[in-house]
Amino acid sequence: MAEKASSNQVNQATNQEIRDETNLTSLPNNSSPPSSPPILPERSFLPPWLRSIGQTYGAVIALMLLLLYNVFFTPYFMTIQTLNINLTQVSTIVIVATGMTMVIATGGIDLSVGALMAVGGAAAPLIFLNPPFGDQTFGNVLSFIVPVLIAGAFGLFNGGLITFFRIQPIIATLVLFIAGRGIAQVATNGKLQTFSNSTFEFIGLGQLFGVRFQVILMVVVVLIAAWVMHVSTFGRYVLAIGGNEPAARLAGVPVNRVKLIVYGVSGLLAGIAGLIVIAINTSSDANKVGLGMELDAIAAVAVGGTPLTGGRATIFGTLIGALIMQLIRYTLLANGIPDAVSLVIKAGIILGAVYVQRQRQS
Amino acid sequence: MSTEQSNLTGSTEQLNDATGSGNGKGRMPHNIARLAGLMQRQGALLALIVVIILAGWRYDNFLSIANITSVLRYNSMFGLIALGMTFVIITGGVDLSVGSVVAFTSVIAAHVSPTGPIVGLIVPVLAGALVGLVNGFVIAKLRILPFITTLATLLAARGLALSFANNTAVSVSQDSGFTSIGQGDLWGIPVPAIILFGAYLIGAVLFYYTRFGRHVLAIGGNEEATRLMGLPVDRIKIIVYIISGGLAGLAGVILASQYGAGQPTEASGWELSAIASVVVGGTLLTGGFGSVGGTLVGVFLLGLIINILNFENGRGTTSLSAYWQSVIRGGFLLIVVLIQNRLMNRRQR
Amino acid sequence: MEESKSLLTMEGITKTFPGVLALQGARLKVGYGEVHALIGQNGAGKSTLIKILTGAYRRDKGTILFDDKNIDFHSPQQAQMGGVSTIYQEVNLVPFRSVSENIFLGREPRRFGLLDWKTMNRQSATLLERFGIRINVTQPLLTFNVATQQMVAIARAISFQSKLVIMDEPTSSLDEPEVATLFEVIRQLKQEGVSVIFISHRMDELYAVCDKVTVMRDGQTVVTRPIAGVSKLELIALMLGKELGEVRRKGLTAFGKEGEHHADRLLLEARKLKRGQKLRGVDVSVKAGEIVGLAGLLGAGRTETARAIFGADTLEGGEIEVDGKRRNFKSPRDAIKAGIGLCSEDRKIEGIIPYMSVRENLTLALLPRLNRYGIVQRKKQQAIVENFIKKLGIKTSGPEQKIRELSGGNQQKVLLARWMCLNPRLLILDEPTRGIDVGAKGEIQSLIGELATEGLGVLMISSELEELTEGCDRVVVLREGQSVAELSKQNEDLNQDMIMAVMAQGGNLTTAPPTISTAEEKDGNG
Repeated sequence: MAEKASSNQVNQATNQEIRDETNLTSLPNNSSPPSSPPILPERSFLPPWLRSIGQTYGAVIALMLLLLYNVFFTPYFMTIQTLNINLTQVSTIVIVATGMTMVIATGGIDLSVGALMAVGGAAAPLIFLNPPFGDQTFGNVLSFIVPVLIAGAFGLFNGGLITFFRIQPIIATLVLFIAGRGIAQVATNGKLQTFSNSTFEFIGLGQLFGVRFQVILMVVVVLIAAWVMHVSTFGRYVLAIGGNEPAARLAGVPVNRVKLIVYGVSGLLAGIAGLIVIAINTSSDANKVGLGMELDAIAAVAVGGTPLTGGRATIFGTLIGALIMQLIRYTLLANGIPDAVSLVIKAGIILGAVYVQRQRQS
Repeated sequence: MSTEQSNLTGSTEQLNDATGSGNGKGRMPHNIARLAGLMQRQGALLALIVVIILAGWRYDNFLSIANITSVLRYNSMFGLIALGMTFVIITGGVDLSVGSVVAFTSVIAAHVSPTGPIVGLIVPVLAGALVGLVNGFVIAKLRILPFITTLATLLAARGLALSFANNTAVSVSQDSGFTSIGQGDLWGIPVPAIILFGAYLIGAVLFYYTRFGRHVLAIGGNEEATRLMGLPVDRIKIIVYIISGGLAGLAGVILASQYGAGQPTEASGWELSAIASVVVGGTLLTGGFGSVGGTLVGVFLLGLIINILNFENGRGTTSLSAYWQSVIRGGFLLIVVLIQNRLMNRRQR
Repeated sequence: MEESKSLLTMEGITKTFPGVLALQGARLKVGYGEVHALIGQNGAGKSTLIKILTGAYRRDKGTILFDDKNIDFHSPQQAQMGGVSTIYQEVNLVPFRSVSENIFLGREPRRFGLLDWKTMNRQSATLLERFGIRINVTQPLLTFNVATQQMVAIARAISFQSKLVIMDEPTSSLDEPEVATLFEVIRQLKQEGVSVIFISHRMDELYAVCDKVTVMRDGQTVVTRPIAGVSKLELIALMLGKELGEVRRKGLTAFGKEGEHHADRLLLEARKLKRGQKLRGVDVSVKAGEIVGLAGLLGAGRTETARAIFGADTLEGGEIEVDGKRRNFKSPRDAIKAGIGLCSEDRKIEGIIPYMSVRENLTLALLPRLNRYGIVQRKKQQAIVENFIKKLGIKTSGPEQKIRELSGGNQQKVLLARWMCLNPRLLILDEPTRGIDVGAKGEIQSLIGELATEGLGVLMISSELEELTEGCDRVVVLREGQSVAELSKQNEDLNQDMIMAVMAQGGNLTTAPPTISTAEEKDGNG
């Protein structure tokens, strides 16, 4: 029995060596020999059981701790108002980060989300302030749909660059990162568009059963995305591509199509988030909408536990990651720490989360 | 960067790996390769010359001393960060924090401005270099992607800038001579321009005449090979980010002294202009190939766009807003990236 | 025979990786000014031995004497400083940099602190001229063809005053005239007293330029002989561990127990497949119910053939007919729809999705059929997975276990199941039993046999002669990208000696072009 086990290991490791055989250029990682025992070697000072709990529930535990801290030390924390404020502020981030999670799951990244938010946010007032045929209702309806579609189209543009032109995702989405906001600025001439359109503002300021509409929207988006990623066939494709793209391709997964869709969806969601933001502010400033959102989204994804290398995704993790970042900001503010410092702390957390992820992988 | 990770990292890892391991099977026809290199390098220069000629013909005051010095003075800051960005991109990385560092160091410059132009210049540059050191360390030793690292530093530096400035502009001392850095002239040439050209001269020497410069290029071209050959890859990478931070610091000094105040909210998005200038100037975004001179051309090419927009608006024939800048920059980036990609793909055949 | 002084003596080299004995008392002896061939199949240990020599790995046991000194290099760079250089298969230099920069990278000559380009260029040009190469050393490396690039790599090695140059598959990307130039360079090196270790799977080349040959197998050095005194056939036999003409034991594999195959209609016919340098005219056909083997040495083009048929790579020339219809698969998806499956060679790189479960890996290719209203039909999926786990005897704690935790053999079974559950008509298997323990090997072999009896057509690539001779009805032998012979049980020429002989292409052997037997010629004898 033991012999069989070790011979299994023999064959396991032989594979690695076989691959090394054919390539003298393969340097050992950090001068350690190639080895692939069936289970990953443990590499930490924490006992295994603690580590595994940390891996699966790390983000949740962090969130719990943050909440507890605030319950005890922050005045007026346990109020509906606080809850509302926080949820509201976090909704747009979650919506965008959900799209980002799927993109990252395929092993890519989308830097253009902030710019696309600005595009969506710029397009909407342009439509409902000048409704076609003078029909305000029609204009309002269009102003919900068209900006989102435009953002989605830009997302497809990203996807196209990546799949057909084989440009790396970072570079491909960098183009719109730079130009997207400019397009929005050109369209609005950089001017602030203020408006008062109660139908439209509902998306940002309205309430349903006492809950802000965008929170409901956030929940819906999260639920749908979770369904897609965990239950649907499409989600399986996404994870397969991120896990091992050549293998997925060989197994008949429609890699190009999936990638296109995923980037398109990321664009769509960014468009929606843009609408929410301008609705909340009842004004659209192409210079400001969505500024820095890409970092917030990536941070939420990373802190939430989705590896930036792709192949695995947790939508709920992203939700929690966003909540954690939000809570941290709130905690700092509520305790009198200037916003500026919180930026530094945010940066530290992002780096920390990514670093921890990398350690996990090795 | 080691080829360990995925497509995402494959995105930045491949930023220096795409042209990587020699690909023994590729035979690039001699003439196409030379044409490609030529096109990349001289294309931007040609475009710049054409633009200058056309603009000089079209707008009356375009070639006036006043306009030239004003263009030089304004673009000196962009030019400096683009120089640092060139080195970083050639190693296959990217430094997104430069904008925030400029803001941060401008605040520091404002604070130390009473001590005069010399200390007022050295301290902020050191501060910028320090940020660069942090970047370099995290990227080279902790092996976190340059994109993520510098994005985080972007946040942190902005935060530091705001805290050091108490969220408002910090006035610069007017009688210490500090302002002469940004506003002064030397034999009719604006001081910032002198600093700019001086920096590029040094950069060019480093690039073409020192081992360091050649090694920077080698790392970007094939990191694995250069490691194998025993080059101190990590150390070189760290130095490159220090340079980028230091140059951003220099730009911050110029910003503070030119506008009379350290501004913690300024320079947002400058890193993108820098990247665009570098790429337009012929440096491969994936690393391993590029030139210092090309970046300078790229800086002015893109910088002149604003200038021309102003003139065009002045003629009253159009009123293109300055916002077209980003669109044009993005467009340039797209075209250049596509061209670079085509050339690379043909090479891999 | 007197012992002349050797430049390099490696004695008793042993190296173990966790669970694997990679080298066991391996030896290598190279004289001064000697060109020494090092050959062996995949997994034989040659690359490990070389890596130990150059310092990429540390040995567990053994001694290395280089130029009369005991050495223990810690890195390839240290080895280079010590006189041992390596030329890699994929030219490992910096493509955008000029030729002279590449030669001097890391030790660029300086004058007053600044780079001395003139001296650098001059010295590079001189170096290359020693080999008769006259090129503009200021041009980027990539503007030159591969052969020249390799010369530059060699020139760099020489500039380090190397006494020993290791060349790993140096000719794999060269065409004939370039190979000739390379050989000239090697002879030049020899004249200057530099020794060369020449690793190659192209047997003919060895005879052209090498003095001695060392054969390795299973981590040990089998033999070292002057190359003039040993034939190609003998070398192949030594590499594969066979003795020529010996009476073969039967029943070494689990093939053949499933009963007779009845070859039916023609499923696949591929003609003159061409793609780059790797495929230069391959013909192969498979009928339903038969197992066709694809044999050949490393680099013969077997995997490339499989991928081309499956649509994973684009064909540059040739035709493929499935069921008599011309097909042009643009992607594996198309091939799968046409009823073809490909279980690839390297399961780590192209097979398993590591973080996914056994269940998901197994049904990956089946997802389109399990898809209803966008959701995967779990019950159906579960049933299929459990069925195959049982059928193939996959040892796993359950369908949800992450596939990376399984042993190699079980991973391979999951991958096999991935294709089997599609009910393909034609299954292409690339080294299906490689790296698997004996027990699982047998199980997989029986499975493959059963598939054929059930009417599947199987195209099997294998490096194990027994699998080919016992399991296949016909075997197509590839050599250097071309199909050179077809052996069949029917013609009674399907035996190990014959396969090796064809691989070697020596001796009197009728290398008739592969015959496509039509339905009429079938005489009911598999």
